Order: sequence, then structure tokens, then C-alpha cells
Amino acid sequence: MRAIVLVRPKEGILDPQGAAVESALGHLGFAVSGARVGKVVDLEVDAADEAEARTQVEQMCERLLANPLIESYEIELHG
Amino acid sequence: MIPQPRIGVVMYPGSNDDHDALWALAALDAEAVPVWHDEPELPELDAVVLPGGFSYGDYLRCGAIARFSPATAAVRDFAEAGGLVLGICNGFQVLCEAGLLPGVLLRNESLRFVCRDVRLTVERDDLPFTERCIRGQRLVLPVKHGDGRWFAPPELVAELEANRQVVLRYAEPCNGSVADVAGVCNGRGNVMGLMPHPEHAVDPLLGSADGALILAALVDAARDRTILSI
Repeated sequence: MRAIVLVRPKEGILDPQGAAVESALGHLGFAVSGARVGKVVDLEVDAADEAEARTQVEQMCERLLANPLIESYEIELHG
Repeated sequence: MIPQPRIGVVMYPGSNDDHDALWALAALDAEAVPVWHDEPELPELDAVVLPGGFSYGDYLRCGAIARFSPATAAVRDFAEAGGLVLGICNGFQVLCEAGLLPGVLLRNESLRFVCRDVRLTVERDDLPFTERCIRGQRLVLPVKHGDGRWFAPPELVAELEANRQVVLRYAEPCNGSVADVAGVCNGRGNVMGLMPHPEHAVDPLLGSADGALILAALVDAARDRTILSI
């Protein structure tokens, strides 16, 4: 099963990369605000069903893919 | 004859201050012992240093992968048994990711790599790492990092301040760390991490010898443990 993990800086965490991207977009003439930079991890998970895959990926996020002090995560699963 | 304490320096793939740490510890009269990252057991040691560098390329988050090295697991057991552990720069990041020290180190607020001498204030002089310092003393040590902004949520910062776990603070703007934190210790005081590099400042020829105050205190404390174990 294909899993897409989105890892984001938590709300309230200073994200200087997001601020730099926002400022650069401003220089290009785009009126944007609230830019935040996170990361995407694509995975192929060996699991019997979606529930098992989700449990596995949640454990991966808690133990390695995200640092819960500073990052939140979202998991998308595709059959 | 005064025994020479044995202090290990863990070498991860991507560590690059390991040899400076070995050299500095030897210059301060310790027997400096390199420890390879995939060693599941530590040799007989009186203290361990996790050196600076870019272990595992800083992939994912700095220190996040090194935390799973066999040697890191051995260092965790060593620390939990009360052993002295000092993490410098990347070593500090590894200890935070491993949960042996509180907080986390993030990209510098400026997004720039900072590489210069900074002034620091000593907040604790009663730790095995700081007994040669005096509380309130100013030290000058070099920093060189892109991810040195220490962060913890406000409630954790309050708890650490109440427990006096902040050991060193920047005395000038450096990287945007919360509460100007440059170094912290665990609750028990046997594990410490700092972003500045004491191992690059043990000889006045290098611009400052203030790093020797920290490393020599560690050598003293490690020697006391050797004597106790004889």
C-alpha cells in the first residue's frame, strides 16, 4: 500500500524557511501569507489492509519521521 | 601515580570533530578512546563524548538517524547507569533526538550557517562539566552550525529553568535559541549537551582556551570515577 506522509512544523513554531519563501514570493509579485515549509515522505508499506498500514505509519511518524515537539504529521493512504 | 581516565569519542559516519575531541581530551591528560558507531557495547570507559559533525548527513532531522546507531543505544545504557556523557554540536542534537536531553535543535533563525566565536554565560558551576567555571563567568567559544536554534515549548522551558537545567546561555545573539540556551543538562546532571565547541578552544593559540575549562572538568570528574572504581 502506498503511503504519503506530510510532516509540517507545528503551529506557533518559528519557521524561517517558510518566512524566506513567503518573502521571495512577495518579490515575485504574489500576495501570499502564512507560508510554511514541511516535507513529504513517500512509502510503500507491506500491510494486509488500510487499518494495519495506518497503524504502522503512525508508529513510524511517532518514532522517526516526525519529532512531536516541533512537527505534526498527516498520513494519506492509497490502495 | 594519578590514573588517566578513559574517555570515549563516538565516531558516526559524518562526524567531523571526532579527531579534535580525541586530541583535546588527550591534551588534557585523558586516554581518549575512539568508539565506532556500530559497536553494540562500549569498552571500559569513565565518560563518553558525542562529537560534532553531520552524522548520517543530517538526513531527516539532525541527529535523528544517529539515535538508532548501536553505539547510541550503548551510550543510552551508560547514561542511564549514571555515566558521564557530553554531546557537542551534532552530539547535542543526537542526545536531544534520543530523548537523553530535553528540547530539539532547529534551523538557525537567520537561515545562515554561523561560524564565529561567541560569548557565553555559565549558569551552573556544580556539574561534572562545569566545576572549573564560576557561575556568571563569561566564556568565549567558537560555534559553527546551521541547526543550532534550541527549542522547547514554554511549559518545558519553565520546568527546565525551575530545575536549573540550563547550563550555558549565549551572551549575544547567535541563532535564535529560546531563552538564549546554548547548553542544557538532564535532570540528574550526568548528561550535558552544548552547541559551542570546547574541543576547538583548548589552546590559547586557537584564540581561546575556555573550552579547556569544560573538557578538563570532564576529565577531572572521569578521573574521580576511575579512582573510585579501583
